[in-house]
Amino acid sequence: MIYLDHAATAFARPPEVRDAMVHFLDRVSANPGRSGHRLSLAAAEVVYEAREAVAELFHAPDPLRVVFGLNGTEAINQALVGLLRPGDHVVTSSLEHNAVMRPLRALEARGVAVTVVRCSPEGLLDPAHIEQALRPETRMIVLNHASNVVGTVLPVAAAGRIARAHGVLLLVDAAQTAGAWPIDVEGDHIDLLAFTGHKSLLGPTGTGGLVIGARVDPGAMQPLKHGGTGSASEHERQPEFLPDRLESGTPNAVGIAGLGAAVRWLLDRGIEAVQEQEAALAVRLIAGLSAIAGVRVYGTEDPARRTATVSFTVAGRSVAEVGYALDESFDILSRVGLHCAPAAHRTIGTFPEGTVRFSLGLFNNADDVDCAVDAVARIAGGSP
Amino acid sequence: MSSEAHAVVVVHSTSHAMKITRRLKERGLAWKLVPVPRHISSDCGVCVRILRADVEAVRSAVAELGVEIVGIEEI
Ligand SMILES: Cc1ncc(COP(=O)(O)O)c(C=O)c1O
Repeated sequence: MIYLDHAATAFARPPEVRDAMVHFLDRVSANPGRSGHRLSLAAAEVVYEAREAVAELFHAPDPLRVVFGLNGTEAINQALVGLLRPGDHVVTSSLEHNAVMRPLRALEARGVAVTVVRCSPEGLLDPAHIEQALRPETRMIVLNHASNVVGTVLPVAAAGRIARAHGVLLLVDAAQTAGAWPIDVEGDHIDLLAFTGHKSLLGPTGTGGLVIGARVDPGAMQPLKHGGTGSASEHERQPEFLPDRLESGTPNAVGIAGLGAAVRWLLDRGIEAVQEQEAALAVRLIAGLSAIAGVRVYGTEDPARRTATVSFTVAGRSVAEVGYALDESFDILSRVGLHCAPAAHRTIGTFPEGTVRFSLGLFNNADDVDCAVDAVARIAGGSP
Repeated sequence: MSSEAHAVVVVHSTSHAMKITRRLKERGLAWKLVPVPRHISSDCGVCVRILRADVEAVRSAVAELGVEIVGIEEI
C-alpha cells in the first residue's frame, strides 16, 4: 500500500510516539494538575513537556500560552468565537478550509463582517490585497498558512507586518504546515496560531491547540467551554490565566504524551530537513504528473512556495473514478473531491467536482512517487 | 533539615508550578513540589517548597518569568 493522504492525517509515525502513549497509559495515567500526588504530578509533567516542545517548535516564548485541545478545528473556533464580537470586521482568503469559513459564516450571521480576499487561480495571495481590505473596524486577519487543496503557502509574514501596522490580530491556520514548514510566531508576528496534532506533527488524533501571543489578553477571550481546571476551585467563575482559562475538563493527556514525543522527534530531526525532504519528493511528483498527457496539475511548481500536497485532474475521468482506480487497482490511497474547502476549489477553478489530491509525508520515498505517477499515467491512458 | 527552614511558593495552577521549577533548576535553587500545607488555601494541590534563605532569589526569579503567584509563605 502507498499512503498519499498525509494532508488528512499522517499514517506512519515514529515509534517514540506510540511508546510515549503506552508508557503514559501503563505507568502514569493519572489526572494532570488535579491532585497533588506523585502520579498526578508525573502526568502534569508530561503535559508541560509537550507544551515546551510545541513552544520551541513554533518559536513561542511562553509554554503557558500553548493551549491544548482536540484538533485544529477546535483551536480555530476558540480563536474566532473567543475574540470576535458583533460589529467587528475580519479579512480572510479565498483558500480557506471550512474549519475557518464555517465559523466565520456563523459569526457573520451574528453581526461580524467578513471580507474574503481572492487568491490567484494558482493559489497565491498578494498581501497588498489584504491591506486594501482593512477597515477601521477590522479586528482580525485570518489566513491559512498553506492550502490543503493546492499546497500553496500564503504570505503570513507579510500579513503579520500589516496586522502590526494596523493594530489588528493575525490568526494563522497552520493545520497544513505545523511539522512540515518552519513557523516563527514571534518573528512573523502571529498573534494566534491554530495547529492540529495528527497531520505533519505526527501526533495522534484528538490533539491540537492554539498558541496565544502576548498581544492577546486571555481574560478578554471567551472560552468555548467552562468547567473544572483543577485551579481556583474556590471560584465559580472561570479563571483568567492561561492555559487553564481555555482548558476546562480533563485533557487528552495520553494523546498529548504522544504529541509531545512526536514534536520532540521533529525538533531532533530539524524542521528544515523535513521540509527539504518533502520538497524533493513534491518536485519529483509534480514533474512526473505534469508530463502525463491529459493530466492537469494545479498550484505553483515553485518548491519554495508550496507544501508536498498536490492536486490534479485527469481529462475524461471523474475524480471519483480516478481515486477508486488508484485504491482498487494500484493500492494507492489518495483523497478526491472538495477536501472540505469549496472556496479553494472555486479559486483554482475546480468547483464543484474537485480534484484528486496526493499529499506526501515524511515516510514516503521516491519509489512511492514513481509508482503513483505510473499509476496515474495508466489511468490517464484508459486503464483499468 | 527541619521544616522551619522552608517556605512555599503558592501557585494558581500546576502548569505554573512546572514553569517556575524549571527556572529554579536553571538558577541552582533548591525546590520540591509538595502538597499545599493545610493552613494555606490553594486549590491546585501542589506548591513549590523552597529554602527560606532563598526566598528573595526565588521571588525575583518568579517575577522575571511573569508568572502570577498566590504568594510565598513560610512554613
Ligand atoms: C487547512 C486546514 N485547516 C483546518 C483543518 C482542520 O483540522 P482538524 O481536522 O484537525 O480539525 C484541516 C484539516 O482537516 C485543514 O487542512
